[in-house]
Amino acid sequence: MSTTTTTPAAGTMAKPAAAGTGRIHPARRKHLTPGRLGVYALLITSAAFFLLPLYVMVATSLKPMEEIRLGNLFSLPLHATVEPWIQAWSSACTGLECRGIQVGFWNSVKIVVPSTVISIFFGALNGYALSFWRVKWAGWFFGILMFGAFVPYQVMMYPLVRSLAAVDLFGTLAGIVLIHTVFGMPVMTLLFRNYYAGVPGELFKAARIDGGGFWRIFFQLMLPMSLPIIVVAVIMQLTNIWNDFILGLVFAGRENLPMTVQLNNVINTTTGERLYNVNMAATILTSMVPLVIYLVSGRWFVRGIAAGAVKG
Amino acid sequence: MASSNPARPRAKPRPWRAMAAQVALLPMALTVLGVYVATVLWSVRISFSSSKIFPKNDFVGFSQYERLFATDRWTVSVHNIVILGVLFIAACLALGFVLAVFLDQRVNGEAVMRTVFLYPYAMSFVATGLVWQWMLNPELGIQSTVRSLGFSNFDFAWIVSQDKVIYTLVIAAVWQASGLVMAVLLAGLRGIDESLWQAARIDGVSRWRYYMSIVLPQLGPAFGTAFVLLAVGVVKFYDVVVAMTQGGPGDASEVPAKFIMDNLFTRANVGLASAASTVLLLTVLALLVPWWYVRSVQAKREKR
Amino acid sequence: MSNVTIEDLDIRLSGIDIISKLNLDVAEGEFLVLLGPSGCGKSTLLHSIAGLIDVHDGRMAIGGNDVTWADPKDRGIGMVFQSYALYPTMTVEKNMSFGPRIAGIDKAEIQKRVDRAAKMLHLTELLHRKPAQLSGGQRQRVAIGRALVRDAGVFLFDEPLSNLDAKLRSELRRELKQLHKELGATMIYVTHDQVEAMTLASRIAVMKQGKIQQIDTPGNVYARPVNMFVAGFLGAPSMNFVEGRLEAANGGVHFVSPTLRIEVTSYPFAVPPQHGASAVLGVRPEHITLSPDGTHAAGSALVSLVEPMGSNQVVWLDAQGVSLAVDADAQFTPALDRKIGFVIEPAHVSLFDKQTQERL
Repeated sequence: MSTTTTTPAAGTMAKPAAAGTGRIHPARRKHLTPGRLGVYALLITSAAFFLLPLYVMVATSLKPMEEIRLGNLFSLPLHATVEPWIQAWSSACTGLECRGIQVGFWNSVKIVVPSTVISIFFGALNGYALSFWRVKWAGWFFGILMFGAFVPYQVMMYPLVRSLAAVDLFGTLAGIVLIHTVFGMPVMTLLFRNYYAGVPGELFKAARIDGGGFWRIFFQLMLPMSLPIIVVAVIMQLTNIWNDFILGLVFAGRENLPMTVQLNNVINTTTGERLYNVNMAATILTSMVPLVIYLVSGRWFVRGIAAGAVKG
Repeated sequence: MASSNPARPRAKPRPWRAMAAQVALLPMALTVLGVYVATVLWSVRISFSSSKIFPKNDFVGFSQYERLFATDRWTVSVHNIVILGVLFIAACLALGFVLAVFLDQRVNGEAVMRTVFLYPYAMSFVATGLVWQWMLNPELGIQSTVRSLGFSNFDFAWIVSQDKVIYTLVIAAVWQASGLVMAVLLAGLRGIDESLWQAARIDGVSRWRYYMSIVLPQLGPAFGTAFVLLAVGVVKFYDVVVAMTQGGPGDASEVPAKFIMDNLFTRANVGLASAASTVLLLTVLALLVPWWYVRSVQAKREKR
Repeated sequence: MSNVTIEDLDIRLSGIDIISKLNLDVAEGEFLVLLGPSGCGKSTLLHSIAGLIDVHDGRMAIGGNDVTWADPKDRGIGMVFQSYALYPTMTVEKNMSFGPRIAGIDKAEIQKRVDRAAKMLHLTELLHRKPAQLSGGQRQRVAIGRALVRDAGVFLFDEPLSNLDAKLRSELRRELKQLHKELGATMIYVTHDQVEAMTLASRIAVMKQGKIQQIDTPGNVYARPVNMFVAGFLGAPSMNFVEGRLEAANGGVHFVSPTLRIEVTSYPFAVPPQHGASAVLGVRPEHITLSPDGTHAAGSALVSLVEPMGSNQVVWLDAQGVSLAVDADAQFTPALDRKIGFVIEPAHVSLFDKQTQERL
């Protein structure tokens, strides 16, 4: 996102225009002043801090256990092997079963896809209704919804558990999808409402004059126009729901435990020697989906943060 | 339609016009009432009962709350979360600000740097906790590596020390979240008019002074947003603790969210846990209401 | 084509009366312009004709049908917005056929209408483009095409040219006038630009604070404004106003002010003028001529500023504190800060009551 203007580093000033010639000299090209060196130094140090765990994760996951026991955390693998990865995927023990973390992977997929689709649908619908149609009580409810986004899950958890149990949805896939939809509603609604606020009202008026009703205008006009924000919403929901731990832990039920929960089980509930390489491999596998989304989506990801950060 | 008596306005037909919108918003209404309002009220209600495993309909006043504040584990968790919160927020804001400022200097490879600083946020808290747990492993992690380089007295076994374990959580959390703060502040920085720097240059203001005296005040709203996001995250802190230390050693890294979860499910102390949840909720309110008030006053001022 | 009848219209928004007891008759095939400053209610009136705003009281009929409470789609209207409001994800063809498709009209009939409208508006080659690929003029035509395809009886325009640069504006203005000639459609057009109003309208309704001040042909509104507001709104530079008294004596009436004196005996007074009545004289810059040697002068004043316009120039006179604009020939440039005489043609003046600002 850098523009083409150049600004001199701290401590240098651009040469003033040569008197009489009327020509303004372009700003001196950045050269390495102490100030500029310091900037790069700090940035590179910080980058190292941020990248170190990633390196350690990958390196550890490719080492056989003999190397790990030697205790050289930062060394490159001498005899790199993908055995830990295979083990993590297909035979690691997650509690009672030892079928590997692939179980968690598919569970997460089963949870994330419907949750994302449904929560985005309702977010768009709510945002659309709130932006273009006058419903008397809507403002108040929207306000409470926004406030609700800040309420800690623990406050709502027990009543939700009892309610879901009462309708036989506790510990089911439908139950966890419902929970994710409900908890995703505030941010999704806000996202779309802000987006639709930027759509010219005249478009809506023209559609009304053409005879469009509530649903037709939504499906044939507004949704197709919402592609950019839908992309942002998809990225946000995919990442957040995939990375969720606490809701999956409580509501998903033993057959549907998401990958994050399985990961924790693999690593923190082991008997006997801890297989650190397998653990790290499992961690990478769990993080891979959101990391790939992040790397691929780049700017859209940041847009999602900005949109989610603009609350109220 | 025949024209009516001009003195009396005709009744407006079409009550159905907004009906579709009302129907469409029904799920939102149900969610708000059923989930966000009802559950909170119910939780608060339970906190005034003596429920253990199952909810009881009695009323025991504030006894659960008294019990709560007499419980060591709770007071430790509150103590921890305060330390955690203060250090975490301060470090994230500072680091995020510095990173944002330095990235704003139009360095080469800015996009790569940004990607590097922000990727931890794309990882789950569980993964973060696990990685740092591994790295801080006393026998095989950083401590042992540094020691093998010759610094035999290097002590980094914080994760098993009752006093220092909380700082390990801070490190992991800051690693995860500073990128977020950086992104928010960078967006705020980019929103500042270029010509302000040019005017400052003409006034002979140094770059450092410019950022401290001119830019920083203008980033107020961005800082506010980042602060609130971080603060709310602090209150909800759970995943990292479970993954990294499980609240140990002992109680040393217990946090309120984990205390509540344990009492709700493992220890079957629903009344106590609800009391704790209510306290948590009030804390969040105490943070939110002033912020919301400040923002609405600002908005009103800008409207004039 | 339909006519529009509005009786005793009351429109209230957020508790405030925007429009009260408004009456308006728009004839078939007429091009009526609603002209006025921001906030005068012209847009509100247009939107209520379209059915986008609910009326509080009154009656409205389009083509003889009572539409006071009708939905926008049932009023037989088409509307062109300031931003044209073309559906960005649909092609020109889909944009134009959206309305009829909703109404469930037979596909063949829709195709026929779209083709006919496209031909009339020279859009046939553009039917498969999206709005983002069209020029400003093309977009305006598509917006009009949308209304055409719905077989609208009345076309409503909400300041469609306000967003454009000057050159495009005059080009599209001419296209619009041409279109009206070809279609013979009833058009109601809202603008704050008096040049648009003058060039396009068959009648202009000048509005202020929710009331129609005057509704008449452009020529009449220009030449015989009914009050000082209308007089000052049309024409650029605007009409000059001079305060003074009327002297009625010996069968002749004169307008007298500290700076000028002019005979107005043949002025069509509504009521015979009273001697000594205070009045305001209104005269347009093009009806004042400079008289360097003072012959026939109504008065004389100091030349304070000269604005050359190319084909003519505007000379600003200072008559004891009263500013007068004179539309003068470019040939003779008067010397600044020197007194010069000016002549006013009595046939073209307007006289207003000082209190009520109404035409005398």
